[in-house]
Amino acid sequence: MGRQPPVLRLFSKAVGGACATMLAVSLLVYLTLEFNGADVAAKVLGPFSAPDQRYAWMREHGYLEPLVLRYLRWLANFVAGNWGTSTYYKEDILALVAPRLASSSILAAGALIVIVPFSIVLGVISGVSEGSALDRAVSSAAILATSLPEFASAALLTALLVFWLNWLPGTSTMSTGFSWRELVLPIAVLSLSSAGYIARITRASIIDVMASPFVHTARMKGCSWRRVVLRHALRHALIAPVTLVLLQIPWILSNVVIVEVFFAYKGLGTLLYEASLNSDIRLIEACSMVSVIAVVSTQVLADVIHGRLNPRIAPWADDALRSRA
Amino acid sequence: MKCRRHSQRQTSVSALCGAAAVIGWLLVAILADLLAPLDPLKSMTPLALPGATGEGGVTFWLGTDLLGRDILSRLIYGTRTVVVLSAVATLSAYVLGVGAGLFAGYVRGFADTALSFLANVMLSFPVLVLYIVVITAIGSSATNVVLAIAFGSAPVIFRVTRALTIDISKRDFVTVAIGLGEARWRILASDILPNAAGPLTADMCLRFGYSAVAVGALGFLGLGPPPPTPDWGSMISDGRGLAIVYPHLIVFPCLAISSLMLAMSLVADGLHQLSLAR
Repeated sequence: MGRQPPVLRLFSKAVGGACATMLAVSLLVYLTLEFNGADVAAKVLGPFSAPDQRYAWMREHGYLEPLVLRYLRWLANFVAGNWGTSTYYKEDILALVAPRLASSSILAAGALIVIVPFSIVLGVISGVSEGSALDRAVSSAAILATSLPEFASAALLTALLVFWLNWLPGTSTMSTGFSWRELVLPIAVLSLSSAGYIARITRASIIDVMASPFVHTARMKGCSWRRVVLRHALRHALIAPVTLVLLQIPWILSNVVIVEVFFAYKGLGTLLYEASLNSDIRLIEACSMVSVIAVVSTQVLADVIHGRLNPRIAPWADDALRSRA
Repeated sequence: MKCRRHSQRQTSVSALCGAAAVIGWLLVAILADLLAPLDPLKSMTPLALPGATGEGGVTFWLGTDLLGRDILSRLIYGTRTVVVLSAVATLSAYVLGVGAGLFAGYVRGFADTALSFLANVMLSFPVLVLYIVVITAIGSSATNVVLAIAFGSAPVIFRVTRALTIDISKRDFVTVAIGLGEARWRILASDILPNAAGPLTADMCLRFGYSAVAVGALGFLGLGPPPPTPDWGSMISDGRGLAIVYPHLIVFPCLAISSLMLAMSLVADGLHQLSLAR
């Protein structure tokens, strides 16, 4: 076993990688949306604007300068927190994005709070009783949950719980202040597919561990079944699911867009969506950069946690160590 | 052990059901012209309930939408939109991802580092955010939906192929082929690709399902093929406002996309079990 480097160094290495990724992401986003200055002018001023009007706008906003210079200035402004003004909302983008990000975080955090206990408990229960009626029921429910696309499960749950049973509100605009009841459906929809997926992984992981020699040894030494599951098997079986929960965050952030649009929830997803419908280029850039920052920082966290849980496959382990994993 | 055998049989039964459903949907897509009872674009009686009869004695088996278009016919033609777009997108993603993955995994060095970094960068986007950025830049059309989904799913396929290629290149038969002086493209095409094909095809079914969901999601967001093209996602988003009174507007397209995705995951699950059993 190689000497494990201190956490701080691991962390700084992961952060360095994340910064390189963010730099590349910013370049990709900028090039995709603003490669052609004339297109940007056409989008901002609308399809019926005159050519000299567009030219004047481009000159005023610095779009006649070389691409490299434009990109670097945009990047410097972005890093400095000067994100510009939204062309549709006519507001400062940073002030627009911040509360929306907070609302989306509530949704994502709520989903994680539901996903983790549900999926892990169900996965463990179904894994230790492999082949039983309970296992089959849980596995079927899990595969059904992962197969329902968010927009379909949102529509079906709304039809059932809002229109038919009349239990919950069908939109989550929060127009009359914060309301827990309006959060139930979005969080349920958001949790469904990830919970099913993690339950399936946990189940497979438990089944794998329960068949391994050390569990047999523990059983043969007279350890109670309960103790074997809780003390011996779980610790090994949870490595994969715990990391996967963090790796689910990009997936959740992607589905947040659908869920927010469906329930008219005022979060980052609807902001990005409205920005896209209104060709609000700077706002799209800001929203996508923020969501990528969220993803990249959770990946750093996932790397560090996974490395602590299982040193053999940590990104900083040398190849000899990793090949034994 | 009895339990395990039982659950395996369970898996193969459900995989067969899934395969039957996938083939069923494919047939619906191919035979849409024969199966659809009415013109999917023609306006007739608006908001007819399922089973209602319209002018000239036509029956709307699943009702009609706000513009009076027959939902069953739109569903059947929508199958074609979803299946064709997702199949083309998945295949293009595979061509792109497998090509780049084979190259990077075999050549290694700078090309590998650069391609892997690019894949990492693309994977750090929440996938729908990537689609929205790309489609805002290039406009919403059927072709652009395919392009966005192909580029969005290629990085994962690239990663899998690259890892498989690195693993297979270390085997003896590749060393022998190199020693015999075979051309690099020949080694990739006839030694490495056939050995990587198994795991890649098992994954393909699931990817096809994801692409179908992505087509539906983009249609739902109004970023898919422009109206009046029938597609399941836009049928759901169009009917959403009226669903409180007319649930048939959204329930049928929801069931359609869910059953297609469920069938795909059952088949993928079965293929996965099969590859484990070998």
